[in-house]
Amino acid sequence: MTITKSDSSDTSRLERPSNKPTAALDFGMAWDYAPAPEAPDHVRIDPKYGLFIGGRWVTPRSGKFFPTISPSTEQVLAEVAEANAQDVDDAVKAAREAYDKYWSKMRGADRAKYIFRIARAIQEKARELAIVESMNGGKPIKESRDVDVPLAAAHFFYHAGWADKLDYAFQGRRYRSLGVAGQIIPWNFPLLMAAWKLAPALACGNTVVLKPAETTPLTALLLAKIIEEAELPPGVVNIVTGAGETGFALVNHPDVNKIAFTGSTGVGKKIQRAIAGTTKRLTLELGGKAANVVFADAPIDQAVDGIVNGIYFNQGHVCCAGSRLLVEESVHDVIVRKLRDRMATLRLGDPLDKNTDVGAINSKAQLARIQELVAAGEAEGCERYSAPCKLPEKGFWFAPTFFTGASMSSRVAREEIFGPVLTIMTFRTPDEAVEKANNTMYGLSAGVWTDKGAKIFYMATKLKAGVIWGNTFNKFDPTSPFGGYKESGFGREGGRQGLSAYVEVE
Amino acid sequence: MEPKTKTRASAADTAERESSAPPPTRTGDAPIMKPYDAAKIDTRVRVNKAYKMFVNGAFVRSESGRYFQVKNAPEQEDADPETVNVPRGSRKDVRDAVLAAKNAWHGWEKRTAYNRGQILYRLAEVMESRRPELTQSLVRGGQTDAQAAAEVDASIDRVVFYAGFADKFFALLASSNPVAGPHFNFSVPEPMGTIGVVAPDRPALLGLVSTILPVVTGGNTVVALAGERDPRTAIVWSECIATSDTPAGVINILTGHAKELSTHFAKHREVIGIDAWIVDADLRKAVEADGADNVKRVKTHVPMDPEAWTDDRKAQGLGWIERFLETKTVWHPVGL
Repeated sequence: MTITKSDSSDTSRLERPSNKPTAALDFGMAWDYAPAPEAPDHVRIDPKYGLFIGGRWVTPRSGKFFPTISPSTEQVLAEVAEANAQDVDDAVKAAREAYDKYWSKMRGADRAKYIFRIARAIQEKARELAIVESMNGGKPIKESRDVDVPLAAAHFFYHAGWADKLDYAFQGRRYRSLGVAGQIIPWNFPLLMAAWKLAPALACGNTVVLKPAETTPLTALLLAKIIEEAELPPGVVNIVTGAGETGFALVNHPDVNKIAFTGSTGVGKKIQRAIAGTTKRLTLELGGKAANVVFADAPIDQAVDGIVNGIYFNQGHVCCAGSRLLVEESVHDVIVRKLRDRMATLRLGDPLDKNTDVGAINSKAQLARIQELVAAGEAEGCERYSAPCKLPEKGFWFAPTFFTGASMSSRVAREEIFGPVLTIMTFRTPDEAVEKANNTMYGLSAGVWTDKGAKIFYMATKLKAGVIWGNTFNKFDPTSPFGGYKESGFGREGGRQGLSAYVEVE
Repeated sequence: MEPKTKTRASAADTAERESSAPPPTRTGDAPIMKPYDAAKIDTRVRVNKAYKMFVNGAFVRSESGRYFQVKNAPEQEDADPETVNVPRGSRKDVRDAVLAAKNAWHGWEKRTAYNRGQILYRLAEVMESRRPELTQSLVRGGQTDAQAAAEVDASIDRVVFYAGFADKFFALLASSNPVAGPHFNFSVPEPMGTIGVVAPDRPALLGLVSTILPVVTGGNTVVALAGERDPRTAIVWSECIATSDTPAGVINILTGHAKELSTHFAKHREVIGIDAWIVDADLRKAVEADGADNVKRVKTHVPMDPEAWTDDRKAQGLGWIERFLETKTVWHPVGL
């Protein structure tokens, strides 16, 4: 089995070769579907968004706005306020006042009802939120519609119920809310990450200043509208948009009691360093380089689908993506062949098209990062294969890609690419698989594929990662704690364990 | 500056030498602290103990060859010499101890919770049989007899508390999670790895026991820096550990200066967490900042009052174990 090597002169824009089959399953045009775009006419995006502070929409003191675009078309969707340190200060003051006046004094049962309202409103506006999420972030509508938005609603619904049951969560131990939480979220799951952060913080009785990612602020602003319509007391949730500087103004604000950050390990370390010497509490959900371990006795076809889901879901913009595939040597060739066959069926294109499997790369900067690392992989002698899909002219795109022949020291095997790029390596014994899987500074997630139950548990025990998927991958649920080992961060989100991030337990 | 001082001192010496004749000792010599008792000539000469750090199950001096001195409390002249030399640990000592702890971790983590519980209980047994020695050491460090006895009792009881917790915290922290789909999903606590402990100065024994025990109960291994005030007692306690069934490297105890060594704990990449009880706010901040290099789980504390450590509600509990545990969540499909 030879692997088609891509044309190195044009690394990202591959044409599908019509005359020569690139995979065993070549049905010519049979995989081409008629366009089925989700109609965006129902959606209303304001031309300009201010900051949501103290229950009101305010113009930023900075006076500055920045455009937010669709990464699939590069069209400007709206102008968004850029909050400076003064704006952040206003937001923290509003949050403090809301904490002192309302939220810390309210019965848990009543806090719960406000949070339930948010969950319900997300369900009511699910279609609008999904479309805006796909427009602003580039992810396929089937993912925002079926994963991001329903899970966001589920997170609020789940945590609402905890608000009056915290006595049960920390049985026999005294606890108290923390105060004002500053939360900084990434661009890969904009609405869902807002839900992961806000829901437990509010349930535990804290008030919040939330900063959405620079490139994907729109669904967080729609969520602010939902919170406004749900009539939460003013200042309980404040949303300030901006870039890194806005985030650091929040991190460094002296009246913030808690910082919760999801993003890169590099920024996470800066935040941890920045709050040294303060009493601020911190939880970090950072990068990953998850091993997806496939044994020879695995259900191979299921595993191949799991591999595809593991790395190409959301264009690989997933901190827990299964970006290192470790396959038992004896099944390496068959898995690589089946993977290529499966990848030939992936449809890349318009995120709003209901048939799209792979959407746009979130930003130009991220595309450049992916291209740089892929070039490094080629330069290091790894063999590259990219799915034969036609890339649109406008926007930021990268074809699903994998490398074979990589060594453990290759950059593509060590660094988080955060794109649709898989690195395939082999192993011979379970212990070698464990050794290789754990040989990373990260420890967010891992996958194991085998039909042998005892082997699943052996691997699940040995792998140093916060989430282990056995014969599945990339599953999330509000009842299931999520978070990393080692440099993938600390603290958990979801489940009873996740509540600890937002209370002080004695 | 120095030469000037010397000149002045020698001038004074000369003046004094001239005025008194004959001088009992040369001026500038230190006074004899304890005159030699001639009657001692018939008594047995005591064997003095060389106090060493406890690393990888062995008693070692600092690789640096450095030491610092600890004095007995005034009335305690009988046992040790008045002044003993204690190793002043170095950065390399920290690294050696971390290596030992890291290598010991895989074996310690793999043991059953029941077995870990029994080993820790064995430590309590050894401490009980060495009560007089531990008590005497604390008295030499300045405690009254009653205080020392109470501290040793509390320390032994604390070890028993955690020994019995080794196979129970799991059930209290684990969960089965009802995910909305055809999956079996559970979360379990797991140890983190090697944890650095900077123990409080006081209480010398109970503070050390209270900070180390929860960490090893959870399945981690420890490199601890004993408090500077009475490091001898930490070494006496190490002898309890050495004669219990605790595997080598699970608990390593260094002596030295917190100001010098704390940031070496914080910077070491194989140390995954730090529990530091440090008075100096700047030092606490430095430990927190340096710990960010590898996203360490850094817990710093202003040391509690010495009395607070005897309060079970304040100084022991599930939370103490939980601090250095990860949560691992496992998913598996349910189906035919």
